[in-house]
Amino acid sequence: MEPYKKHESIAALMNRSNVDTDQIIPKQFLKKVERSGFGQHLFHDWRFNDDGSDNPEFELNKPAFKGAKVLVVGDNFGCGSSREHAPWAIADYGFNTIISTSYADIFYNNCFKNGILAIKVDKAQLDKLMAEIAANEGVRFVVDLENQQVTTPGGNSFSFEIDPFRKGNLLSGLDDIGLTLKHVDKITQYEQQHKQNFPWLWV
Amino acid sequence: MKKTMYEKIWDSHLVVDEAGQAPLLYVDRHLMHEVTSPQAFEGLRLSGRKVRNPHSILATMDHCVPTKNRDLPIADPIAKKQIETMAENCLENGLNLYDMKNPNNGVIHVVVPEHGFVHPGMVVVCGDSHTATHGAFGALAFGIGTSEVEHVMATQTLPQKKSKTMQVVVNGALSKYASAKDIALAITGKIGTAGGTGYVIEYTGSAIRELSMEGRMTLCNMAIEAGARAGLVAPDEKTYEYLKGREFAPSGQYWDQALAYWKSLPSDEGAVFDATVTLDAADIAPQVSWGTSPEQVAGVDSVVPAPESFADETKRKACEGALAYMGLKPNTKITDIAIDYVFIGSCTNGRIEDFRIAAEVAKGTKVAGGVTAIAVPGSYHVKQQAEAEGLDKIFIDAGWQWREPGCSMCLAMNGDELTPGQRCASTSNRNFEGRQGKGGRTHLVSPAMAAAAAAAGHFVDIRKL
Repeated sequence: MEPYKKHESIAALMNRSNVDTDQIIPKQFLKKVERSGFGQHLFHDWRFNDDGSDNPEFELNKPAFKGAKVLVVGDNFGCGSSREHAPWAIADYGFNTIISTSYADIFYNNCFKNGILAIKVDKAQLDKLMAEIAANEGVRFVVDLENQQVTTPGGNSFSFEIDPFRKGNLLSGLDDIGLTLKHVDKITQYEQQHKQNFPWLWV
Repeated sequence: MKKTMYEKIWDSHLVVDEAGQAPLLYVDRHLMHEVTSPQAFEGLRLSGRKVRNPHSILATMDHCVPTKNRDLPIADPIAKKQIETMAENCLENGLNLYDMKNPNNGVIHVVVPEHGFVHPGMVVVCGDSHTATHGAFGALAFGIGTSEVEHVMATQTLPQKKSKTMQVVVNGALSKYASAKDIALAITGKIGTAGGTGYVIEYTGSAIRELSMEGRMTLCNMAIEAGARAGLVAPDEKTYEYLKGREFAPSGQYWDQALAYWKSLPSDEGAVFDATVTLDAADIAPQVSWGTSPEQVAGVDSVVPAPESFADETKRKACEGALAYMGLKPNTKITDIAIDYVFIGSCTNGRIEDFRIAAEVAKGTKVAGGVTAIAVPGSYHVKQQAEAEGLDKIFIDAGWQWREPGCSMCLAMNGDELTPGQRCASTSNRNFEGRQGKGGRTHLVSPAMAAAAAAAGHFVDIRKL
């Protein structure tokens, strides 16, 4: 995983709530056995017309949002299926930051495994950010994870909370599994106890 | 200190709990299917790691498998490769796989309970959000992403954040033909798809105690639709009776030992939940979803709502969008909605009890003109049991298609799908846009409601049949 660095990027706006993972990456693209190449299918059914051309009505097809790294989106983003193909598609498309009021649990976890910073803000703050983008499409936000700060030119800068463990992993780009395996002795010890307590699970 | 069942399971599975890092939780059972595992195996290979406990894993093929002409090669080359990759990965790592030809094959969340692989008090994971199903046994069961699948394979643990606890109390008696599915939909309608976010739900109350194990699985299966990390039902005599004698259930000297442990699991009297929601079972009419989110549901005796009826702006907008996609007008009677397709099956409603109740309704009827109805058992064992009881004949005589097991039209990855604009009465769990095929319109219902709709060609209030 690439370490997460401070950046200034275009913030794209999707003013929709309860966007589910079936929309983020429709099921017809879940048959691949690789992790890469899902960006081209991100939001497929909304993004493309039946003939495969770009749907000009779809937010992310606006020229002003081209190259955006920050996605500002409505409540309960990523609900539904556990498919990690959703954050794979989001990251592969080019986003590394999402700002919303809330996320579905599994999706939220999956984001951080893939170098995506999912920032939670309150409704009033989200409304302000959405209004700023709507009034000035192509506006660029500065995202500083180290200092937990987002700066916007329209005066809607804010600081955000984040679990220190998740923050550390994003900043270092460290592999979770490697971190856990530092505790391999404790896992082994736990298993020995487990075998004594629950012998029927080990026969 | 008085503890909830969730807290008991959490505490007993903590491997590491140190300041400055996420608590590490031990995982007892790891379930797998072909869609969310290949990249995890690839990750293991690339890092030179091994599966820590192959015996903790049970794998099946379900999402991409055809439900007809099973003897022919899979037509879709990408799906075929995914199926083959699953077989290779399981062989290479010595994992127990019920492949397409195996008599134990079926939908993962139907197969696992059939073999007694999940017990009360366990921590159970799967790269699939409907893992919540196994909470019916009093196990903490939740869906994970593919990176986490790899993590569990390599370490048998997961870094986890402790959830809050929500008690959903359902007291009273359900009306005839109202089912666990209707309870699940009514709860989602009441608290919304984000209502349970950050929580583990424990379902309690007399109506929950009355549910069979199959019903409890249906209920817990849809905990995720309310946004919860997991759903739980405390184990009782029904749970023990169900497990006894199954392949992976404790036996001999271990049975009594396991039973004593299981009986210690239910939440302590007076344990405190962070939130409580209460429903009266008698108020729950058979439910029909009218929109594109599982919270957009109504009783069969009511009407499609108007956007103006929602005070909340987000909900009003969501209603407008959903009605446009679903091709519905406000204030249409639910029973006036005509359907083109019926699907009975899935990890929500693909068990023997579901086919029994649907067959009871379908018996002696004919599928309405212009309607296609398919019955897809959740597993080969369900299929065999249904056939032994003659249920297949009832469906076939009524004009239904009787298929091979698989996820099928729950998410339409295997070729079973709606065409744009087609409207389906479905016993599955999600009515998202395009879930059953691009442009397809899904109405979530119980098996009995689906069978009644198949015969009538539109939704009917089954209580009046």
